Amino acid sequence: MTPSTSVLLLTTLTGFGYGLLAWLGVFGATRGLPQQAWFGPLAIGFALAFASAGLLASTLHLGRPERAWRAFSQWRSSWLSREGVAAVLTYLPALAFAAFWWFDGAGADTTQVAGLAAGAMGLITVGCTAMIYASLKPVRHWNNAHTLPDYLVFALYSGALLLMLALALGGGDIKSAALLASALGLVSLAAKLAYWHHVDHAAPLATLSSAIGLKGATARPLDRPHFTQNYILREMGFQVARKHATRLRKIVVVCAFLAPSLLALAAAFGLWPAVMAFVAVVLGACGLLVERWLFFAQAVHVAALYYGHEA
Amino acid sequence: MTSLSQPWPGATKLGLVIDLDTCVGCHACAVSCKEWNHGGASGPLPDYDSRGPNPDGLWFNRIHSYETEGGACGSRTVNFPRSCLHCEQPQCVTVCPTGASYKRAEDGIVLVNADICIGCKLCSWACPYGAREFDEDEGVMKKCTLCVDRIYNETLPEAEREPACVAACPSRARHFGDLGDPDSAVSLLVLARGGVELMPELGYKPTNRYLPPRKAVVPTGPVEKPVRMGTGFSASLLSLVDRVLSR
Repeated sequence: MTPSTSVLLLTTLTGFGYGLLAWLGVFGATRGLPQQAWFGPLAIGFALAFASAGLLASTLHLGRPERAWRAFSQWRSSWLSREGVAAVLTYLPALAFAAFWWFDGAGADTTQVAGLAAGAMGLITVGCTAMIYASLKPVRHWNNAHTLPDYLVFALYSGALLLMLALALGGGDIKSAALLASALGLVSLAAKLAYWHHVDHAAPLATLSSAIGLKGATARPLDRPHFTQNYILREMGFQVARKHATRLRKIVVVCAFLAPSLLALAAAFGLWPAVMAFVAVVLGACGLLVERWLFFAQAVHVAALYYGHEA
Repeated sequence: MTSLSQPWPGATKLGLVIDLDTCVGCHACAVSCKEWNHGGASGPLPDYDSRGPNPDGLWFNRIHSYETEGGACGSRTVNFPRSCLHCEQPQCVTVCPTGASYKRAEDGIVLVNADICIGCKLCSWACPYGAREFDEDEGVMKKCTLCVDRIYNETLPEAEREPACVAACPSRARHFGDLGDPDSAVSLLVLARGGVELMPELGYKPTNRYLPPRKAVVPTGPVEKPVRMGTGFSASLLSLVDRVLSR
Protein backbone atom coordinates (compact mmCIF):
# COMPACT_ATOMS: atom_id res chain seq x y z
CA MET A 1 0.00 0.00 0.00
CA THR A 2 1.21 3.47 -0.77
CA PRO A 3 2.57 5.27 2.32
CA SER A 4 1.16 8.76 1.93
CA THR A 5 2.71 11.51 4.04
CA SER A 6 -0.64 12.57 5.46
CA VAL A 7 -1.47 9.20 7.01
CA LEU A 8 2.10 8.75 8.28
CA LEU A 9 1.84 12.10 10.07
CA LEU A 10 -1.70 11.39 11.26
CA THR A 11 -0.91 8.06 12.88
CA THR A 12 2.41 9.08 14.49
CA LEU A 13 1.49 12.60 15.66
CA THR A 14 -1.86 11.57 17.14
CA GLY A 15 -0.01 8.73 18.88
CA PHE A 16 2.34 11.24 20.52
CA GLY A 17 -0.45 13.69 21.38
CA TYR A 18 -3.07 11.30 22.73
CA GLY A 19 -0.39 9.19 24.43
CA LEU A 20 0.82 12.28 26.32
CA LEU A 21 -2.78 13.19 27.16
CA ALA A 22 -3.35 9.70 28.59
CA TRP A 23 -0.24 9.90 30.77
CA LEU A 24 -1.09 13.45 31.92
CA GLY A 25 -4.44 12.06 33.07
CA VAL A 26 -2.85 9.15 34.94
CA PHE A 27 0.05 11.14 36.45
CA GLY A 28 -2.34 13.99 37.30
CA ALA A 29 -4.60 11.60 39.20
CA THR A 30 -1.63 10.21 41.15
CA ARG A 31 -0.11 13.64 41.84
CA GLY A 32 2.97 12.82 39.78
CA LEU A 33 3.02 16.16 37.96
CA PRO A 34 4.24 19.64 39.01
CA GLN A 35 1.31 21.27 40.80
CA GLN A 36 1.80 24.82 39.46
CA ALA A 37 -1.22 26.34 37.74
CA TRP A 38 0.67 26.90 34.47
CA PHE A 39 2.01 23.36 34.03
CA GLY A 40 -1.26 21.54 33.34
CA PRO A 41 -2.73 23.83 30.68
CA LEU A 42 0.66 24.13 28.97
CA ALA A 43 1.27 20.37 28.88
CA ILE A 44 -2.31 19.67 27.77
CA GLY A 45 -1.92 22.29 25.04
CA PHE A 46 1.32 20.59 23.99
CA ALA A 47 -0.52 17.24 23.72
CA LEU A 48 -3.45 18.74 21.82
CA ALA A 49 -1.05 20.54 19.45
CA PHE A 50 0.51 17.22 18.44
CA ALA A 51 -2.88 15.53 18.03
CA SER A 52 -4.37 18.47 16.13
CA ALA A 53 -1.39 18.64 13.79
CA GLY A 54 -1.90 14.96 12.98
CA LEU A 55 -5.64 15.40 12.45
CA LEU A 56 -5.09 18.39 10.17
CA ALA A 57 -2.43 16.48 8.22
CA SER A 58 -4.94 13.69 7.62
CA THR A 59 -7.24 16.05 5.73
CA LEU A 60 -4.44 16.77 3.23
CA HIS A 61 -4.91 13.50 1.36
CA LEU A 62 -8.64 14.01 0.89
CA GLY A 63 -9.84 14.69 -2.64
CA ARG A 64 -12.40 17.14 -1.28
CA PRO A 65 -11.13 18.42 2.10
CA GLU A 66 -13.85 21.07 2.26
CA ARG A 67 -16.37 18.26 2.74
CA ALA A 68 -14.44 16.67 5.63
CA TRP A 69 -17.24 17.52 8.09
CA ARG A 70 -19.40 14.89 6.38
CA ALA A 71 -17.08 12.22 7.79
CA PHE A 72 -18.74 12.54 11.23
CA SER A 73 -22.00 11.01 10.02
CA GLN A 74 -21.43 7.26 9.55
CA TRP A 75 -20.07 6.27 12.97
CA ARG A 76 -22.46 3.32 13.07
CA SER A 77 -20.45 1.38 10.49
CA SER A 78 -17.22 3.21 9.67
CA TRP A 79 -14.09 3.27 11.84
CA LEU A 80 -12.87 6.34 9.96
CA SER A 81 -16.03 8.15 10.95
CA ARG A 82 -15.69 6.91 14.55
CA GLU A 83 -12.12 8.20 14.60
CA GLY A 84 -13.33 11.65 13.56
CA VAL A 85 -16.10 11.70 16.16
CA ALA A 86 -13.78 10.45 18.93
CA ALA A 87 -11.11 13.00 17.99
CA VAL A 88 -13.55 15.90 18.26
CA LEU A 89 -15.11 14.57 21.48
CA THR A 90 -11.63 14.28 23.04
CA TYR A 91 -11.28 18.07 22.94
CA LEU A 92 -14.14 18.45 25.46
CA PRO A 93 -12.63 16.60 28.46
CA ALA A 94 -9.13 17.77 27.44
CA LEU A 95 -10.12 21.44 27.50
CA ALA A 96 -12.08 20.84 30.72
CA PHE A 97 -8.94 19.20 32.20
CA ALA A 98 -6.92 22.33 31.39
CA ALA A 99 -9.64 24.67 32.66
CA PHE A 100 -10.18 22.80 35.95
CA TRP A 101 -6.41 22.64 36.50
CA TRP A 102 -6.18 26.43 36.04
CA PHE A 103 -9.26 27.38 38.09
CA ASP A 104 -9.67 24.53 40.65
CA GLY A 105 -6.03 23.49 41.01
CA ALA A 106 -4.06 20.43 40.01
CA GLY A 107 -5.26 18.29 42.90
CA ALA A 108 -8.99 19.00 42.63
CA ASP A 109 -11.29 16.00 42.05
CA THR A 110 -12.79 17.69 38.98
CA THR A 111 -9.32 18.10 37.44
CA GLN A 112 -8.41 14.49 38.09
CA VAL A 113 -11.66 13.10 36.68
CA ALA A 114 -11.45 15.32 33.60
CA GLY A 115 -7.83 14.24 33.11
CA LEU A 116 -8.66 10.55 33.21
CA ALA A 117 -11.63 11.09 30.89
CA ALA A 118 -9.46 13.02 28.43
CA GLY A 119 -6.80 10.31 28.50
CA ALA A 120 -9.37 7.58 27.93
CA MET A 121 -10.96 9.47 25.02
CA GLY A 122 -7.53 10.04 23.47
CA LEU A 123 -6.74 6.34 23.61
CA ILE A 124 -10.17 5.52 22.18
CA THR A 125 -9.32 7.81 19.25
CA VAL A 126 -6.02 5.98 18.72
CA GLY A 127 -7.93 2.69 18.89
CA CYS A 128 -10.35 3.90 16.20
CA THR A 129 -7.40 4.87 13.97
CA ALA A 130 -5.94 1.40 14.43
CA MET A 131 -9.27 -0.24 13.64
CA ILE A 132 -9.47 1.60 10.29
CA TYR A 133 -6.52 -0.54 9.24
CA ALA A 134 -7.26 -3.62 11.32
CA SER A 135 -10.74 -3.93 9.81
CA LEU A 136 -9.62 -3.94 6.16
CA LYS A 137 -10.02 -7.55 5.09
CA PRO A 138 -8.07 -7.32 1.80
CA VAL A 139 -4.81 -6.35 3.57
CA ARG A 140 -3.45 -9.22 5.68
CA HIS A 141 -0.61 -7.05 7.08
CA TRP A 142 -3.25 -4.93 8.83
CA ASN A 143 -6.20 -7.25 9.29
CA ASN A 144 -4.70 -9.19 12.21
CA ALA A 145 -4.64 -9.28 16.00
CA HIS A 146 -1.47 -7.16 16.22
CA THR A 147 -2.63 -3.88 14.72
CA LEU A 148 -4.89 -2.58 17.50
CA PRO A 149 -2.63 -3.41 20.49
CA ASP A 150 0.43 -2.18 18.57
CA TYR A 151 -1.10 1.22 17.87
CA LEU A 152 -2.12 1.57 21.53
CA VAL A 153 1.30 0.50 22.83
CA PHE A 154 3.13 2.80 20.42
CA ALA A 155 0.87 5.70 21.46
CA LEU A 156 1.52 5.03 25.15
CA TYR A 157 5.26 4.75 24.46
CA SER A 158 5.53 7.94 22.40
CA GLY A 159 3.33 9.72 24.97
CA ALA A 160 5.64 8.61 27.77
CA LEU A 161 8.63 10.01 25.85
CA LEU A 162 6.84 13.35 25.51
CA LEU A 163 5.81 13.31 29.19
CA MET A 164 9.45 12.81 30.15
CA LEU A 165 10.39 15.84 28.05
CA ALA A 166 7.52 17.92 29.43
CA LEU A 167 8.58 17.09 33.00
CA ALA A 168 12.25 17.81 32.26
CA LEU A 169 11.32 21.20 30.80
CA GLY A 170 8.69 21.92 33.46
CA GLY A 171 11.02 21.20 36.34
CA GLY A 172 9.16 18.13 37.62
CA ASP A 173 10.50 14.82 38.88
CA ILE A 174 11.15 12.83 35.72
CA LYS A 175 12.35 9.57 37.21
CA SER A 176 9.11 7.58 37.09
CA ALA A 177 8.13 8.96 33.64
CA ALA A 178 11.59 8.16 32.26
CA LEU A 179 11.54 4.61 33.66
CA LEU A 180 8.05 4.18 32.20
CA ALA A 181 9.18 5.41 28.77
CA SER A 182 12.22 3.12 28.90
CA ALA A 183 10.12 0.08 29.77
CA LEU A 184 7.44 0.91 27.17
CA GLY A 185 10.19 1.24 24.53
CA LEU A 186 11.14 -2.37 25.15
CA VAL A 187 7.49 -3.50 25.20
CA SER A 188 6.94 -1.69 21.88
CA LEU A 189 10.02 -3.34 20.42
CA ALA A 190 8.73 -6.77 21.45
CA ALA A 191 5.33 -5.95 19.94
CA LYS A 192 6.90 -4.84 16.65
CA LEU A 193 9.12 -7.94 16.45
CA ALA A 194 6.09 -10.14 17.08
CA TYR A 195 4.19 -8.28 14.33
CA TRP A 196 7.02 -8.74 11.80
CA HIS A 197 7.28 -12.42 12.69
CA HIS A 198 3.53 -12.77 12.14
CA VAL A 199 3.35 -10.99 8.76
CA ASP A 200 6.47 -12.71 7.45
CA HIS A 201 5.08 -16.15 8.19
CA ALA A 202 1.32 -15.81 7.64
CA ALA A 203 -0.15 -17.44 4.55
CA PRO A 204 -1.32 -15.27 1.65
CA LEU A 205 -5.02 -14.35 1.76
CA ALA A 206 -5.84 -15.68 -1.67
CA THR A 207 -4.23 -16.90 -4.85
CA LEU A 208 -4.52 -15.61 -8.40
CA SER A 209 -6.46 -18.78 -9.29
CA SER A 210 -9.04 -18.01 -6.65
CA ALA A 211 -9.11 -14.34 -7.67
CA ILE A 212 -10.14 -15.30 -11.21
CA GLY A 213 -12.43 -18.13 -10.15
CA LEU A 214 -10.28 -21.02 -11.40
CA LYS A 215 -9.60 -23.03 -8.27
CA GLY A 216 -7.38 -26.01 -8.87
CA ALA A 217 -5.64 -24.42 -11.83
CA THR A 218 -2.43 -22.42 -11.78
CA ALA A 219 -2.56 -19.06 -13.48
CA ARG A 220 0.03 -16.53 -14.51
CA PRO A 221 -0.47 -13.13 -16.10
CA LEU A 222 -0.09 -13.06 -19.85
CA ASP A 223 -1.33 -9.64 -20.97
CA ARG A 224 -2.10 -6.75 -18.67
CA PRO A 225 -5.13 -4.55 -19.24
CA HIS A 226 -2.82 -1.56 -19.54
CA PHE A 227 0.90 -1.17 -19.84
CA THR A 228 1.36 1.96 -17.75
CA GLN A 229 0.31 2.79 -14.20
CA ASN A 230 -3.26 3.13 -13.04
CA TYR A 231 -4.91 4.05 -9.74
CA ILE A 232 -4.97 0.45 -8.48
CA LEU A 233 -1.28 -0.11 -9.17
CA ARG A 234 -0.26 3.23 -7.68
CA GLU A 235 -2.33 2.77 -4.54
CA MET A 236 -2.28 -1.00 -3.94
CA GLY A 237 0.75 -2.18 -5.90
CA PHE A 238 3.31 0.05 -4.16
CA GLN A 239 6.77 -1.49 -4.52
CA VAL A 240 9.22 1.42 -4.45
CA ALA A 241 12.05 0.94 -1.95
CA ARG A 242 10.57 -2.20 -0.43
CA LYS A 243 13.92 -3.79 -1.21
CA HIS A 244 15.39 -1.70 1.61
CA ALA A 245 12.92 -3.16 4.08
CA THR A 246 15.44 -5.27 5.99
CA ARG A 247 17.73 -2.30 6.55
CA LEU A 248 14.80 -0.07 7.46
CA ARG A 249 13.61 -2.60 10.02
CA LYS A 250 17.04 -2.42 11.70
CA ILE A 251 16.78 1.38 11.73
CA VAL A 252 13.36 1.06 13.38
CA VAL A 253 14.64 -1.34 16.04
CA VAL A 254 17.46 1.01 17.02
CA CYS A 255 16.07 4.45 16.32
CA ALA A 256 12.42 4.01 17.32
CA PHE A 257 12.80 1.73 20.30
CA LEU A 258 16.26 0.77 21.62
CA ALA A 259 18.05 4.13 21.55
CA PRO A 260 15.20 6.20 23.06
CA SER A 261 14.73 3.49 25.68
CA LEU A 262 18.41 3.72 26.71
CA LEU A 263 18.35 7.52 26.65
CA ALA A 264 15.27 7.48 28.87
CA LEU A 265 17.06 5.14 31.27
CA ALA A 266 20.02 7.55 31.40
CA ALA A 267 17.61 10.44 32.04
CA ALA A 268 15.97 8.47 34.85
CA PHE A 269 19.33 8.27 36.60
CA GLY A 270 19.92 11.98 36.25
CA LEU A 271 22.31 12.12 33.32
CA TRP A 272 21.47 15.46 31.59
CA PRO A 273 17.74 14.66 31.80
CA ALA A 274 16.49 17.49 29.56
CA VAL A 275 19.02 16.78 26.80
CA MET A 276 18.44 13.02 26.97
CA ALA A 277 14.66 13.47 26.91
CA PHE A 278 14.84 15.82 23.93
CA VAL A 279 17.09 13.53 21.90
CA ALA A 280 14.92 10.53 22.84
CA VAL A 281 11.79 12.29 21.57
CA VAL A 282 13.42 13.36 18.29
CA LEU A 283 14.95 9.92 17.66
CA GLY A 284 11.75 8.16 18.67
CA ALA A 285 9.65 10.35 16.37
CA CYS A 286 11.96 9.73 13.40
CA GLY A 287 12.08 6.01 14.15
CA LEU A 288 8.31 5.74 14.53
CA LEU A 289 7.82 7.54 11.20
CA VAL A 290 10.03 4.91 9.53
CA GLU A 291 8.14 2.19 11.40
CA ARG A 292 4.82 3.59 10.12
CA TRP A 293 6.24 3.93 6.61
CA LEU A 294 7.07 0.22 6.66
CA PHE A 295 3.60 -0.58 8.06
CA PHE A 296 2.14 0.89 4.87
CA ALA A 297 4.83 0.12 2.29
CA GLN A 298 5.12 -3.56 3.24
CA ALA A 299 1.38 -4.13 3.36
CA VAL A 300 0.09 -5.91 0.28
CA HIS A 301 -3.45 -5.78 -1.04
CA VAL A 302 -5.22 -8.75 -2.64
CA ALA A 303 -6.30 -6.64 -5.63
CA ALA A 304 -2.62 -6.56 -6.66
CA LEU A 305 -2.95 -10.32 -7.33
CA TYR A 306 -4.64 -9.49 -10.62
CA TYR A 307 -1.42 -7.82 -11.74
CA GLY A 308 0.71 -10.80 -10.75
CA HIS A 309 1.87 -9.44 -7.38
CA GLU A 310 1.82 -11.55 -4.24
CA ALA A 311 -0.79 -10.99 -1.57
CA MET B 1 -26.48 5.25 5.28
CA THR B 2 -23.54 2.86 5.12
CA SER B 3 -24.90 0.19 7.45
CA LEU B 4 -26.12 -2.76 5.40
CA SER B 5 -29.67 -3.97 5.64
CA GLN B 6 -30.16 -7.72 5.84
CA PRO B 7 -31.13 -8.95 2.36
CA TRP B 8 -34.40 -10.84 2.35
CA PRO B 9 -34.74 -14.13 0.43
CA GLY B 10 -35.89 -13.49 -3.12
CA ALA B 11 -34.76 -9.86 -3.11
CA THR B 12 -33.68 -8.52 -6.48
CA LYS B 13 -29.92 -8.82 -6.96
CA LEU B 14 -28.97 -7.30 -10.28
CA GLY B 15 -25.60 -8.38 -11.56
CA LEU B 16 -23.51 -9.72 -14.38
CA VAL B 17 -22.61 -13.24 -15.43
CA ILE B 18 -19.35 -13.29 -17.35
CA ASP B 19 -18.42 -16.26 -19.49
CA LEU B 20 -14.67 -16.87 -19.32
CA ASP B 21 -15.08 -19.57 -21.97
CA THR B 22 -16.26 -17.27 -24.72
CA CYS B 23 -14.62 -13.98 -23.76
CA VAL B 24 -12.14 -13.17 -26.51
CA GLY B 25 -10.42 -10.34 -24.64
CA CYS B 26 -11.32 -7.67 -27.20
CA HIS B 27 -11.86 -4.84 -24.64
CA ALA B 28 -15.12 -3.84 -26.34
CA CYS B 29 -16.91 -3.92 -22.96
CA ALA B 30 -14.30 -1.60 -21.42
CA VAL B 31 -14.45 0.85 -24.30
CA SER B 32 -18.22 0.85 -24.47
CA CYS B 33 -18.43 1.32 -20.70
CA LYS B 34 -16.00 4.22 -20.86
CA GLU B 35 -17.97 5.80 -23.69
CA TRP B 36 -21.37 5.51 -21.99
CA ASN B 37 -20.27 6.45 -18.50
CA HIS B 38 -18.06 9.32 -19.62
CA GLY B 39 -21.23 11.10 -20.68
CA GLY B 40 -23.49 9.40 -18.14
CA ALA B 41 -24.51 10.06 -14.56
CA SER B 42 -21.04 9.47 -13.09
CA GLY B 43 -19.08 11.09 -15.90
CA PRO B 44 -16.66 12.31 -16.87
CA LEU B 45 -14.19 9.42 -16.57
CA PRO B 46 -11.00 11.43 -17.01
CA ASP B 47 -7.80 10.41 -18.76
CA TYR B 48 -4.45 11.81 -17.74
CA ASP B 49 -1.54 12.23 -20.14
CA SER B 50 -3.64 10.43 -22.75
CA ARG B 51 -1.31 11.35 -25.65
CA GLY B 52 1.88 11.42 -23.60
CA PRO B 53 4.36 8.71 -22.70
CA ASN B 54 2.48 7.50 -19.61
CA PRO B 55 -1.22 7.38 -20.39
CA ASP B 56 -3.40 6.79 -17.35
CA GLY B 57 -7.06 7.09 -16.66
CA LEU B 58 -10.23 5.95 -15.01
CA TRP B 59 -11.95 2.80 -16.28
CA PHE B 60 -14.67 0.68 -14.70
CA ASN B 61 -13.62 -2.43 -16.63
CA ARG B 62 -10.14 -3.88 -16.90
CA ILE B 63 -9.51 -6.92 -19.08
CA HIS B 64 -6.64 -9.17 -18.03
CA SER B 65 -5.34 -12.23 -19.85
CA TYR B 66 -3.89 -15.21 -18.00
CA GLU B 67 -2.26 -18.47 -18.93
CA THR B 68 -3.74 -21.34 -16.97
CA GLU B 69 -2.56 -24.87 -16.41
CA GLY B 70 -4.21 -27.80 -14.71
CA GLY B 71 -7.73 -27.56 -13.36
CA ALA B 72 -10.88 -28.48 -15.24
CA CYS B 73 -10.19 -26.35 -18.31
CA GLY B 74 -6.72 -27.63 -19.06
CA SER B 75 -4.00 -25.36 -20.41
CA ARG B 76 -5.34 -22.33 -22.19
CA THR B 77 -5.48 -18.58 -22.31
CA VAL B 78 -8.23 -17.12 -20.16
CA ASN B 79 -9.37 -13.57 -20.80
CA PHE B 80 -10.69 -12.09 -17.60
CA PRO B 81 -12.81 -8.91 -17.50
CA ARG B 82 -12.66 -7.33 -14.04
CA SER B 83 -15.29 -4.91 -12.74
CA CYS B 84 -17.43 -4.23 -9.66
CA LEU B 85 -19.18 -7.39 -8.44
CA HIS B 86 -21.93 -5.54 -6.51
CA CYS B 87 -21.24 -7.66 -3.42
CA GLU B 88 -23.85 -8.58 -0.86
CA GLN B 89 -21.36 -7.73 1.91
CA PRO B 90 -19.53 -4.78 0.37
CA GLN B 91 -16.93 -3.53 2.84
CA CYS B 92 -16.39 -0.57 0.50
CA VAL B 93 -19.81 0.64 1.68
CA THR B 94 -19.45 0.05 5.41
CA VAL B 95 -16.05 1.79 5.67
CA CYS B 96 -17.34 4.96 3.98
CA PRO B 97 -17.31 7.75 6.60
CA THR B 98 -19.73 10.06 4.78
CA GLY B 99 -22.50 7.82 3.48
CA ALA B 100 -21.45 8.58 -0.11
CA SER B 101 -21.10 4.86 -0.80
CA TYR B 102 -24.30 2.90 -0.55
CA LYS B 103 -25.94 -0.32 -1.63
CA ARG B 104 -29.45 0.07 -3.01
CA ALA B 105 -31.97 -2.04 -1.12
CA GLU B 106 -34.25 -2.40 -4.14
CA ASP B 107 -31.78 -4.03 -6.56
CA GLY B 108 -28.45 -4.41 -4.75
CA ILE B 109 -26.50 -2.00 -6.98
CA VAL B 110 -23.52 -0.43 -5.15
CA LEU B 111 -23.18 3.27 -5.97
CA VAL B 112 -21.21 6.37 -4.97
CA ASN B 113 -22.88 9.73 -4.45
CA ALA B 114 -20.14 11.94 -5.89
CA ASP B 115 -21.76 15.04 -4.38
CA ILE B 116 -20.87 14.06 -0.80
CA CYS B 117 -17.75 11.90 -1.34
CA ILE B 118 -14.72 13.41 0.39
CA GLY B 119 -12.21 11.36 -1.62
CA CYS B 120 -10.60 9.58 1.36
CA LYS B 121 -10.02 6.47 -0.84
CA LEU B 122 -10.74 4.09 2.05
CA CYS B 123 -13.46 2.33 0.01
CA SER B 124 -10.91 1.43 -2.66
CA TRP B 125 -8.69 -0.07 0.04
CA ALA B 126 -11.64 -2.11 1.32
CA CYS B 127 -12.38 -3.65 -2.10
CA PRO B 128 -10.41 -6.87 -2.72
CA TYR B 129 -11.29 -6.80 -6.42
CA GLY B 130 -9.76 -3.42 -7.23
CA ALA B 131 -13.06 -2.26 -8.67
CA ARG B 132 -13.05 1.37 -7.54
CA GLU B 133 -10.95 4.03 -9.17
CA PHE B 134 -10.25 7.59 -8.09
CA ASP B 135 -11.10 10.63 -10.20
CA GLU B 136 -8.04 12.85 -9.70
CA ASP B 137 -9.78 15.80 -11.40
CA GLU B 138 -12.93 15.86 -9.27
CA GLY B 139 -11.30 14.42 -6.14
CA VAL B 140 -13.97 11.75 -5.69
CA MET B 141 -14.21 7.98 -6.00
CA LYS B 142 -16.02 6.49 -8.98
CA LYS B 143 -17.15 2.97 -9.82
CA CYS B 144 -19.29 0.78 -12.04
CA THR B 145 -22.95 1.75 -11.70
CA LEU B 146 -24.21 -1.35 -13.51
CA CYS B 147 -25.37 1.35 -15.94
CA VAL B 148 -28.16 2.34 -13.60
CA ASP B 149 -28.84 5.19 -16.04
CA ARG B 150 -29.46 2.70 -18.88
CA ILE B 151 -31.21 -0.27 -17.30
CA TYR B 152 -34.13 1.83 -15.98
CA ASN B 153 -33.99 4.41 -18.78
CA GLU B 154 -37.44 4.61 -20.35
CA THR B 155 -36.22 6.84 -23.15
CA LEU B 156 -34.23 3.88 -24.50
CA PRO B 157 -35.90 1.06 -26.46
CA GLU B 158 -36.56 -1.83 -24.08
CA ALA B 159 -33.99 -4.07 -25.76
CA GLU B 160 -31.25 -1.56 -24.97
CA ARG B 161 -31.98 -1.38 -21.24
CA GLU B 162 -28.93 -3.40 -20.29
CA PRO B 163 -25.44 -2.32 -19.21
CA ALA B 164 -23.27 -0.91 -21.98
CA CYS B 165 -20.66 -3.65 -21.51
CA VAL B 166 -23.29 -6.35 -22.04
CA ALA B 167 -24.71 -4.65 -25.13
CA ALA B 168 -21.25 -4.26 -26.65
CA CYS B 169 -19.91 -7.78 -26.16
CA PRO B 170 -19.43 -9.33 -29.63
CA SER B 171 -19.16 -12.89 -28.32
CA ARG B 172 -22.11 -12.62 -25.92
CA ALA B 173 -19.81 -13.41 -23.01
CA ARG B 174 -21.61 -10.98 -20.71
CA HIS B 175 -25.10 -11.51 -19.37
CA PHE B 176 -27.17 -9.20 -17.20
CA GLY B 177 -30.07 -10.10 -14.96
CA ASP B 178 -31.53 -10.79 -11.54
CA LEU B 179 -29.34 -13.27 -9.68
CA GLY B 180 -31.68 -13.16 -6.70
CA ASP B 181 -34.38 -14.91 -8.74
CA PRO B 182 -33.49 -18.62 -9.04
CA ASP B 183 -35.59 -18.94 -12.22
CA SER B 184 -34.08 -16.02 -14.12
CA ALA B 185 -32.12 -16.71 -17.30
CA VAL B 186 -28.85 -15.69 -15.64
CA SER B 187 -29.44 -17.89 -12.58
CA LEU B 188 -30.22 -20.88 -14.82
CA LEU B 189 -27.07 -20.16 -16.83
CA VAL B 190 -24.99 -20.07 -13.64
CA LEU B 191 -26.55 -23.36 -12.57
CA ALA B 192 -25.98 -25.04 -15.93
CA ARG B 193 -22.38 -23.92 -16.29
CA GLY B 194 -21.24 -24.09 -12.65
CA GLY B 195 -20.73 -20.33 -12.27
CA VAL B 196 -18.45 -19.27 -9.42
CA GLU B 197 -17.83 -16.35 -7.06
CA LEU B 198 -14.40 -14.71 -7.04
CA MET B 199 -12.42 -15.08 -3.79
CA PRO B 200 -15.36 -16.43 -1.74
CA GLU B 201 -12.90 -16.94 1.16
CA LEU B 202 -12.93 -13.19 1.84
CA GLY B 203 -16.65 -13.23 2.61
CA TYR B 204 -17.84 -10.33 0.43
CA LYS B 205 -20.50 -12.52 -1.24
CA PRO B 206 -20.19 -11.02 -4.71
CA THR B 207 -23.36 -10.96 -6.83
CA ASN B 208 -21.60 -11.31 -10.19
CA ARG B 209 -20.70 -14.82 -11.31
CA TYR B 210 -18.00 -16.07 -13.65
CA LEU B 211 -18.58 -19.11 -15.86
CA PRO B 212 -15.42 -21.23 -15.91
CA PRO B 213 -13.77 -21.93 -19.25
CA ARG B 214 -14.55 -25.32 -20.73
CA LYS B 215 -11.88 -27.74 -21.79
CA ALA B 216 -11.12 -27.11 -25.42
CA VAL B 217 -12.07 -30.09 -27.56
CA VAL B 218 -11.36 -30.05 -31.31
CA PRO B 219 -13.98 -32.34 -32.90
CA THR B 220 -12.48 -34.93 -35.26
CA GLY B 221 -14.64 -37.58 -36.89
CA PRO B 222 -13.52 -41.12 -37.72
CA VAL B 223 -11.52 -41.23 -40.95
CA GLU B 224 -12.96 -43.59 -43.55
CA LYS B 225 -10.48 -44.57 -46.23
CA PRO B 226 -11.79 -44.91 -49.80
CA VAL B 227 -11.94 -48.57 -50.78
CA ARG B 228 -12.37 -50.27 -54.12
CA MET B 229 -14.45 -53.37 -54.43
CA GLY B 230 -14.48 -55.39 -57.59
CA THR B 231 -13.18 -54.62 -61.08
CA GLY B 232 -14.56 -53.05 -64.24
CA PHE B 233 -15.92 -49.68 -65.19
CA SER B 234 -18.71 -49.42 -62.59
CA ALA B 235 -16.35 -50.30 -59.73
CA SER B 236 -13.87 -47.66 -60.96
CA LEU B 237 -16.66 -45.10 -61.19
CA LEU B 238 -17.90 -45.89 -57.66
CA SER B 239 -14.33 -45.72 -56.36
CA LEU B 240 -13.89 -42.32 -58.03
CA VAL B 241 -17.14 -41.00 -56.53
CA ASP B 242 -16.10 -42.39 -53.13
CA ARG B 243 -12.74 -40.64 -53.30
CA VAL B 244 -14.29 -37.36 -54.39
CA LEU B 245 -16.93 -37.45 -51.65
CA SER B 246 -14.38 -38.44 -49.01
CA ARG B 247 -12.44 -35.20 -49.45
